[in-house]
Amino acid sequence: MRVVAAMSGGVDSAVAAARAAEAGHEVTGIHLALARNPQSYRTGARGCCTIEDANDARRAADVIGIPFYVWDLSDRFHTDVVEDFMDTYAAGQTPNPCLRCNEKIKFAAVLDKALALGFDAVATGHYATVRASAGGEVELHRAVDAAKDQSYVLGVLDEQQLRHSLFPLGDTPKPQVRAEAAARGLLVADKPDSHDICFVADGDNTGWLREKLGDRAPNQGGEIRDDATGEVLGHHEGTYGFTIGQRKGLRLGHPAPDGRPRYVLDIEPVSGTVTVGPRERLAVDRVEGDRVRWCGRPLAPGTVLDGADVTVQLRAHGAEHRAVVQVGADDLRVDLLEHADGIAPGQAVVVYDGTRVVGSATITSTRRVSA
Amino acid sequence: MDDIRTVYLDHAATTPMTDVAVEAMTAHLREVGNASSLHASGRRARRVVEESRETVAQALGCRPGEVVFTSGGTEADNLAVKGLYWSRRDADPRRTRILATAVEHHAVLDALAWLEEHEGAQVELLPVDRQGRLDVEALRAAVERDPVSVALVTVMWANNEVGSLQPVDQVVAVAQSHAIPVHTDAVQAVGATPVDFATAGVDALSLSGHKVGGPLGVGALVVRREVELAALVHGGGQERDVRSGTLDVPAIAGFAGAVELAVKQQSEHAARLAALRDDLVAAVCRAVPDAVLNGDPVDRLPGNAHLSFPGCEGDSLLMLLDARGIECSTGSACSAGVPQPSHVLLAMGRTSDEARSSLRFSLGHTSTAADVAAVAEAIGPCVERARAARA
Repeated sequence: MRVVAAMSGGVDSAVAAARAAEAGHEVTGIHLALARNPQSYRTGARGCCTIEDANDARRAADVIGIPFYVWDLSDRFHTDVVEDFMDTYAAGQTPNPCLRCNEKIKFAAVLDKALALGFDAVATGHYATVRASAGGEVELHRAVDAAKDQSYVLGVLDEQQLRHSLFPLGDTPKPQVRAEAAARGLLVADKPDSHDICFVADGDNTGWLREKLGDRAPNQGGEIRDDATGEVLGHHEGTYGFTIGQRKGLRLGHPAPDGRPRYVLDIEPVSGTVTVGPRERLAVDRVEGDRVRWCGRPLAPGTVLDGADVTVQLRAHGAEHRAVVQVGADDLRVDLLEHADGIAPGQAVVVYDGTRVVGSATITSTRRVSA
Repeated sequence: MDDIRTVYLDHAATTPMTDVAVEAMTAHLREVGNASSLHASGRRARRVVEESRETVAQALGCRPGEVVFTSGGTEADNLAVKGLYWSRRDADPRRTRILATAVEHHAVLDALAWLEEHEGAQVELLPVDRQGRLDVEALRAAVERDPVSVALVTVMWANNEVGSLQPVDQVVAVAQSHAIPVHTDAVQAVGATPVDFATAGVDALSLSGHKVGGPLGVGALVVRREVELAALVHGGGQERDVRSGTLDVPAIAGFAGAVELAVKQQSEHAARLAALRDDLVAAVCRAVPDAVLNGDPVDRLPGNAHLSFPGCEGDSLLMLLDARGIECSTGSACSAGVPQPSHVLLAMGRTSDEARSSLRFSLGHTSTAADVAAVAEAIGPCVERARAARA
């Protein structure tokens, strides 16, 4: 096959590209330029998308012996990922931009362009596995390395996208990938993993949002109230600085009467009220979501997934929760058999059947366990 | 992949060294000698440098003492623009304006931007027409508005992207009447079109080794003897006290050999390239009827074919051609790794989309009819594919 290897400049995508080439594919390395204004986004950046990362990707392509180009997708990225990120925070929710980037950029804009240019597939360094079922249907599965598994952020890929996706690292634990990178002479073998949101250069989400949201901020601050008593415990400078389940950075004036830490339970973007309470109040037993995406064959409305192996994951690298999933027209209702904590609307609920990713939805609401 | 013949059509970026230059350069690589040393080895090195200087001067119609060797075209441009600005402003603090075209090379434009930001310069970028040619009346008006405040005028001889030749003689006529010095970036022009320093009447002229079949990393600024120039690189004062650094004897020898040959063969070289280039443009336009040739159709570099392909991303097209062994350029600079729409095409009144749909094929001394045939065969399918990728 003719394969585009998306190369971020990190170790994973470099090894993925090398493996694709070694498997006999005709591989072309592509670094995606995603920052619209490289200077302001990139100066001091520690995530991906810095000039150094582009150079690292180029050097990896040299070592692998494949052609290398930079594709400018900054406009699409800004519209589909950065704007979505801001809108979601403005609505009092917590977005997952990596998931949106996979859905709209890497396996849409990039894949579409690649296919039109005569390529057959896009390879990335994600830890996940695509394989065909006995019936020839394409399936997305968790990676072998549970700690690195990234199937959650790929839970938005549909059947067509999966058919043109290669994840060469799905069968390998991360330490082995690093060792392989070193053995292949890739200089990025020891490069630290990126954890931050790539377009927030210094990792300060709240500061970035304060600057970029401007007039779009739903509020310029508000009260922090106690969930049980309604007492005003403090004030904040904008609800976009908070995520449900958050404990740090609340800066409450005095400790709770019981001396236990408080967590963000609810965010009200219009009034600007942030409600806090004890940890047990975070527990939810039902999650609802819309924007349903099926990783493979779509399930008909009315379908109920209640098998013993059905689980959901509610945040990146979060735990699996056994659940019963009811499929609606373009929504899901997920009843959790095991309570989950700190579930933020805006994040994805990804549905699994064993290791297979069934599909996903964007969380719209949660139901707290009544006390 | 290895069995694909490389069709190199990016000579404006860099062109292969000629045999003459390789021989002239390699002849000195094993010889010791600092051209500033006083002993026999030093004198031998100095002799090579001075003979090279005379060769370059002979080829360009200047005096040997007017040739300042540099590390290349970019340094020559920086030395000219900054050096002239500083010396002219020191002589008269009113001289803070710099007039240039909007289509100069970044080696000039970015130097001007720096002077504006750090040295109080007021840079006026003069408009060009749809062909990229300077509006001389705009220059005249800008000069006459306040001639005593103009530190210098800098106008490139030939545009590196679209190939248009600038009316340097008219620029000189306007500036000379007010005794304003003129610099011209002739990096693309030398060897491609007749360039004679004395006849042109400019005060400073930049050229580069690797654009004329010489080595990388060497070039020259030709500066009239009477012109004061502040130094950019301080040190031993090797080059007329305006440029320091131990002279790169082998590179200078190779450079001189290349310049001499390029100028000697200029006329027949240009005729051969222009014919090939015309064939290439005709073939491309047959395969892609809505392709548009950019730049002045007549007054242009003989090896330059700069074309827009409506509905294509130039980057996609470049990649598809590269996969077939055909090497060309989008002609635009990368800013922080991200391709930017060409400032030249934007200044010529093109939209950002139009600017991004362009490719530059540039022919040189190794180009053949087979290269043109390869482009003629590949361009149709590649454009079709690139258009699909944009839809």
